[in-house]
Amino acid sequence: MSVAPRLELIDVSKRFPGVLANDRVSLSVKPGEIHALLGENGAGKSTLVKMIYGIQAPDSGSILWEGQEVRIAHPRAARRLGVGMVFQHFSLFEAMDVLENIALGLDGSVSRKQLDAEIRLVMEKYGLKLDPRRQISTLSVGERQRIEIVRALLLNPRLLIMDEPTSVLTPQEVEDLFKTLRRLASEGCSILYISHKLHEIVELCERATILRGGKVVATCDPRQETARSMGEMMIGSDLRDPARGQVSVEGPVRLSVRDLSLPKPDDFGVALEQISFQVKGGEIFGIAGVAGNGQNELLEALCGEHLADLHTVIEVDGAPVGRSGPSGRRKHGLCSVPEERNGHAAIGAFSLSDNAILTARSRMGFENQGFIRKAGADEFAADVIKTFAVKTLGPDALAGSLSGGNLQKYVMGREIMQSPGVLVVSQPTWGVDAGSAAFIHQALIDLAAQGSAIVVISQDLDELLRLCDRLSVINLGKLSTPRPVGDVSVQELGLLMGGSHGASVHDAGGIHAA
Amino acid sequence: MTLTFIIDALVTVIGITTPILLAASGELVVEKSGVINLGVEGMMLVGTIAGFAVTFETGNPWLGILVATLAGATAATIFAVLVLSLGANQVATGLALTIFGIGLSSLIGSNYVGIAIDPVESPFPDALANDSFWRVIFGHSPFVYFAIVLVLAIGWFINKTRAGLVLRAVGENDLSAHSIGYPVIAIRYAAVAFGGAIAGIAGADFSMVISPLWAEQMTAGRGWIALALVVFAGWRAGRLLAGAYFFGVLMALELYAKASGHAIFPSQFWAAMPYLIAVIVLALISSRDGKDGKAPACLGKPFIPNG
Repeated sequence: MSVAPRLELIDVSKRFPGVLANDRVSLSVKPGEIHALLGENGAGKSTLVKMIYGIQAPDSGSILWEGQEVRIAHPRAARRLGVGMVFQHFSLFEAMDVLENIALGLDGSVSRKQLDAEIRLVMEKYGLKLDPRRQISTLSVGERQRIEIVRALLLNPRLLIMDEPTSVLTPQEVEDLFKTLRRLASEGCSILYISHKLHEIVELCERATILRGGKVVATCDPRQETARSMGEMMIGSDLRDPARGQVSVEGPVRLSVRDLSLPKPDDFGVALEQISFQVKGGEIFGIAGVAGNGQNELLEALCGEHLADLHTVIEVDGAPVGRSGPSGRRKHGLCSVPEERNGHAAIGAFSLSDNAILTARSRMGFENQGFIRKAGADEFAADVIKTFAVKTLGPDALAGSLSGGNLQKYVMGREIMQSPGVLVVSQPTWGVDAGSAAFIHQALIDLAAQGSAIVVISQDLDELLRLCDRLSVINLGKLSTPRPVGDVSVQELGLLMGGSHGASVHDAGGIHAA
Repeated sequence: MTLTFIIDALVTVIGITTPILLAASGELVVEKSGVINLGVEGMMLVGTIAGFAVTFETGNPWLGILVATLAGATAATIFAVLVLSLGANQVATGLALTIFGIGLSSLIGSNYVGIAIDPVESPFPDALANDSFWRVIFGHSPFVYFAIVLVLAIGWFINKTRAGLVLRAVGENDLSAHSIGYPVIAIRYAAVAFGGAIAGIAGADFSMVISPLWAEQMTAGRGWIALALVVFAGWRAGRLLAGAYFFGVLMALELYAKASGHAIFPSQFWAAMPYLIAVIVLALISSRDGKDGKAPACLGKPFIPNG
């Protein structure tokens, strides 16, 4: 076979101030191949695809497109070659409708009517469901991703780059996505699939290039590998499963919530309806659900950002805290980590030490009659950094300078090291690499083993199934009856999660806990 | 008598509305791109003196208007360099631009105080322009017709053309627009310069038509009304047109109250009305928090590309 690879990178390097993001990376993608690009956060995956898509230019090395050397100066040039990209953080415009969003991603000018017809054609061909006239702000995450996919497909791409596409989808949506991708590949479109979800790569991809520290460390056939073996190549050491010791959930009830109802905070929010549950000491309670079904509202109600009304009972160790704000609840031992780490859990422009003062001041005694004990905070921050292996210059580094995974380890560590009686966390490992995720999971398990009650709100079912003792699903602001993890299948959970907003759910399955 | 009065009133309203409508149309384009330029008043003042001085020196009003346009665009470009290229705060820089415009126009204008020029007249034949009835339609300066055509053209541009879609995209989500491959900064430069050019024309309307002489700060805060009008109109061209004439009626009432002394309330009351109503309407709009009347999501935020 002498068919030139669709895309070939030879010794591509890219340096940013202070880091070599890509160090002589070589990679080739054949026509019709689904090729995985695998690596931890900060391994250089994003930089690499940005160079392929023309957002950044390589410092050295060459890019070959179907055997010809090319210089991709901007995304328009990439699209002209036939490169399509589906971003991890969608590049969508909330206040516009689907049609306008798609038109913005096309380079030529077409009439609305013509575009509408083309979109319907592509959607029919690939089994994608979407109403072109809807406004983006009314769409679910899965639907938003479909817009990005349709936008890319309208250009008849010969290489489609998917950047962490499944992190926000339900199992059913993932299955639909995979069908679309396989269909595309069978028609000759190459796919570069970026992920750190190993079981997905095993299921979907034919070849994988593994990056670590900006270098290619291995190329393999995922079908011949296991999730575990690839994970070890990715982090460069043995992957430890979180060790769940003896599961004995016989402690006292530490968190009790009865009849928690809250009206919608705004147009795009979700009302909480009659939520009740209890968590015992030593127990990890999981709340699954598709994004935007009330998770943020629930977290804010539990941590005290929204006070409960007078009919609601929220008790920590028997003490009513429903009418206390976050600081009051922390004094009672209820600590929390919200989903958005930069801007909600931590202030990017503050040092790590100052960020420690923000949530740990009263529990750790950094505050004395209104004055701050800076030395204590520095010491505590240094302790968190050391214990949680946070890669940073030290307690004085700005929170915003840390990579996502490192900042997440820091904010998790900051709460866990206050030894809270109750810990509520949302998306604890969102966008965090496998090594750090395993570390955070272990820390949660260890905290539970010390007798704390833990609530984990997550969209990642694998995570919940691995971590939790009991699970509920939140859908449209209502919580399903909690079930022990051993008693419930992924398919059932998928159904409870409401499928893909009205799309069929009969073909659930195929995704299994790794 | 009554008909004459109504026609007089209409002509007055249309005349005093025009600079506000112009300046607000320009600012609408600026804000749609995600930039808020509070320097409208300053750019208008630069336009008043540029238009007046050039017309007086050369005797050619069209040259005066052209230079006023360029002067407004230049003032806006200074603002653009500061906020777009150097990342200065938009609100502070816009206020500074207004103060700069007041100072610069006073400096240049000190030689022109107390001189009058011939006002720019209707482009239509005298028979129509001076007819006691038809002057309500044909008796205005070219600025009036230009303003109405401009605001309609802007509405069409923003909502119906691809370039307008890109403009809105940049104002709605600059990071996404950048990652799709649109030149965010260049588009904002163009929008800001356009807004300045139109503000310059609005200023020229003051010093060449409304009161064809030059006086310090002769725009008398109308730049601020133009800014309020953009918000009042919910960033829509059609409502901008209607809202501008609504404000025009209130301003005409002020003039009437001042001149006649019997318009139910004293003239100061009518002078305060546009501002009062703008505040009330804004409060109503924001409490309704409906979909319409939403500001561009990136309004006033500096663009910091993420790679």
